[in-house]
Amino acid sequence: MKWGMVIDLQKCTGCGGCAAACKLENNVAIVEPAESALGWTMLWMDMLTIYEGEYPRLRVRQIPRPCMHCDHPPCTKVCPVRATYINEEGIVAQIYPQCIGCRYCMAACPYTVKSFNWYKPEWPSGIRQTKNPDVSVRPVGVVEKCTFCVHRLQKAKEEAKFEARDLREKDYQPACADSCPTGAIVFGDLENRNHQVNHLSHSPRAEKLLEDLGTEPKVIYLKEVD
Amino acid sequence: MEYASAKPHPDAALLRPIENPGRTFYYMVGVLLVIILYTGFVYFRQLWYGLGVTGMAQPVTWGFYIINFVFFIGISHAGTLISAILRLSKAEWRRPITRMAEVITAIVLAIGGLHPIIDLGRPDRILHIFYNGRLQSPLLWDVASITAYFTASTVYLYIPLIPDIAILRDRGVRPRWLYEFLSWGWQGTERQHKVLDRAMNILMVMVIPIAVSVHTIISYIFAMTVQPGWHSTIFGPYFVVGAIFSGIAAILVLMIVFRKVFHLEGYLKHIHFNYLSILLLIMSLIWFYFTFSEYLTGYYGHEPNEMRVFWYKFAGDFAPFFWAMIVCNFALPVAILCNRKTRTIPGILIASISVVVGMWLERLIIVVPSLANPRLPYPTGIYIPTHTEWMLFIGGVAVFILGYIIFARFFPVISIWEIEEGRHESAKIVTERITSYMPDPEPSSGGG
Repeated sequence: MKWGMVIDLQKCTGCGGCAAACKLENNVAIVEPAESALGWTMLWMDMLTIYEGEYPRLRVRQIPRPCMHCDHPPCTKVCPVRATYINEEGIVAQIYPQCIGCRYCMAACPYTVKSFNWYKPEWPSGIRQTKNPDVSVRPVGVVEKCTFCVHRLQKAKEEAKFEARDLREKDYQPACADSCPTGAIVFGDLENRNHQVNHLSHSPRAEKLLEDLGTEPKVIYLKEVD
Repeated sequence: MEYASAKPHPDAALLRPIENPGRTFYYMVGVLLVIILYTGFVYFRQLWYGLGVTGMAQPVTWGFYIINFVFFIGISHAGTLISAILRLSKAEWRRPITRMAEVITAIVLAIGGLHPIIDLGRPDRILHIFYNGRLQSPLLWDVASITAYFTASTVYLYIPLIPDIAILRDRGVRPRWLYEFLSWGWQGTERQHKVLDRAMNILMVMVIPIAVSVHTIISYIFAMTVQPGWHSTIFGPYFVVGAIFSGIAAILVLMIVFRKVFHLEGYLKHIHFNYLSILLLIMSLIWFYFTFSEYLTGYYGHEPNEMRVFWYKFAGDFAPFFWAMIVCNFALPVAILCNRKTRTIPGILIASISVVVGMWLERLIIVVPSLANPRLPYPTGIYIPTHTEWMLFIGGVAVFILGYIIFARFFPVISIWEIEEGRHESAKIVTERITSYMPDPEPSSGGG
């Protein structure tokens, strides 16, 4: 099993719904605008603004950017305490109680996907009670990152076990894929021929971010064709 | 009990700061303690609120603490490494310099070694390094090499100090229990001297590879990632050269200060400054050679991400720091030290301070620009250190000065017994050595 994601840029409208869904699903701290301007924004799923060409043929695109869940992750190699590691299903995870907050993984990540808790995370009073009980709230001073909503995988596995059946493709979908209004984000097992991602990842439009670094990302983009 | 202190000692100038410390010492300790206490408070605040009190943010997640870590550890190469090389190469002029250099190492290493801990988001979990440590991480290599270097260099400072402590003990200097305890029953017998020499020889051979490994491994923290501007094969030697370079500059500054404060003109002569400053000049040229190679290969490779970092340093936000570094580390010291007329003590002082500043800028230029130019298009601000980071830097320097003046208050900063040994034996040993270099006279050709 090798969990992966395909993001079809032809279908993506750049609405940012995935980023919002991710933030709520994973209890990612909400940072005040003033602090956000200082660079303390916390987003596991970020929207990258890409400028292509030059004026007057300038084209601006917004593309979703989760953690790439590399098969050869540069972040796990440098961690001094095994707080970040790649599990047997290919998910690059972070162990919050083990992280010492040295931020070496952040410095080593070529995609700059990791977030750090510069302060004790806080939520505005209105949504303090609406936190997702399935996801632990991170303490101050640790690094956190996209987990492909691994808590949903745990839940789906338990349910499948309870009902004595195999895990189905639709059982485990991360919040971003679940919430995408145009179905641009497809998630599943890259090694399972019955899963859509397996098929899509072999599309001629498939490309990976910074592919030449040899990190083998498991997030695959389908580029736009006009 | 009668003590020998009634008799004037030939090296009385070295004993005076210990026997009559004077009031200035206490004033300085007071001022430094105030600074250090305030720094402690600032650090406590960081512990309480989190690293948000610093200027670090996304994507510049490493700042002053890592810069100062590399800088302080670099300065520490002054001491033990230089002193070991000078002792090993039997440079007779080393005698008044080695102790001062070794003290720098011991103190600065302790300060530098603390910096990664200050930088941690969760210093309370520091022990995870021991029971969850991953030996594959360059940070673990660092823990190992810095610990080894600290151990070796404190022992290497202490062993040649024993005969001097015995001198102080025999003169009945207070606190007596301290010297009594630390002198380990040194009587100066032949056997004791033999053991001392043996220990020093082993240590100085050991300490050189350890010292080289320390800064190589610090460079590996950066070089082992794939980030533009960091992923470079010459980083190991480049850092070692930079470390020795900044270290020599630090020794020179300290020597000039001590010469002035303790009136050591008789010991630290112009020739010592001349030799060390020529070493500084050579290191400056080697440093420039490495810097030149590093950036020229980057420029010719013309990899887009590498070039972004390159231009950020050469013409972008960091250009003032980059060109200041070139002036401080190369243009100014070379201009001053090349000319015998300007290679005077004030000239050397200016050149050395300039190198210390320049090498700090070099660390800044290595750490920040690579982080400030991520490969993917993120909004990036400029890294501006806050009051907290400045204060911890100043506090680090204050701890260094405090450590040094406390050492100078209780122990001689110039090795008394080695100077005495030099007075008695150097000339004979050197003559013998020179004779041994010379070609043997041809056997008299009587038969011809």
